[in-house]
Amino acid sequence: MSIPLSWFLILAAALFSIGLFGVLSRKNAIAILLGVELMLNAVNINLVAFWRYQDPAKMAGQVFAIIVFAVAAAEVAVGLALIISVYRSRKTVVADEIDLMKW
Amino acid sequence: MTADQIIFLLCAALILGSALMVVITRKLIHAALWLVAALFGVAILFAILQAGFLAVVQVVVYIGAIAILFIFAVMLTRREMLDNGAQTRSNWWLPALLGFLILAGLVFLIIGQPAFGQSAAEMPTGVDTLRNLGIALVSPDAYVLPFEVASILLLAALVGAVYVASGNKE
Repeated sequence: MSIPLSWFLILAAALFSIGLFGVLSRKNAIAILLGVELMLNAVNINLVAFWRYQDPAKMAGQVFAIIVFAVAAAEVAVGLALIISVYRSRKTVVADEIDLMKW
Repeated sequence: MTADQIIFLLCAALILGSALMVVITRKLIHAALWLVAALFGVAILFAILQAGFLAVVQVVVYIGAIAILFIFAVMLTRREMLDNGAQTRSNWWLPALLGFLILAGLVFLIIGQPAFGQSAAEMPTGVDTLRNLGIALVSPDAYVLPFEVASILLLAALVGAVYVASGNKE
């Protein structure tokens, strides 16, 4: 495989930055979670690339990528449940308007 | 330029283009569908990196479960006003600047490391990565504790999600 490691790292950095932009700029709470998914995927690309380029016999990179999968699934399940619950009581999914705990 | 590199560049273009559409498209349901395209590109990347199991898990868990969950959430919370009004905050240029600065800094650091310019060594023959992964996940010498912690986290999150999202709790 003749792809330099830096290509994967730069791609992951770009994906992370795009996700960060989505998280910080979007109003809709569901769109914010979409940005978080992009950032988690960028991390996974880095983990798997380092696993492949350092020592494929040691599985640490893949194991941590699988744990990131599990954390992402948990985060999405709880996050979307919270958004649906808030939508039911307040009829909004705009992050700025969810100010129940704002003093 | 070898075939590997061409496939990688096509795949990178798919991922970055889809990711950009996720964050700038106005209709949320379209953003969720663009996310599916980006996740599929990442699955191709895992296949290029010879992590076949992770590529399959990416398609099954991310595209099969998480993206569908997003689409259901979008449909459950749909409101006409949200599709027509402004989708981004008024000071959206500030996050754009921040993201660009972080990207520039990271690229500067990555380019400055000569060790990152190397190509991957050939996969050692006789190494069954899938078998190694399975053993590593359940072996007490390796990663059985993080694995169990992740499964308990998933269980707690699913029970919590069902409790939070269920409407009638008196």
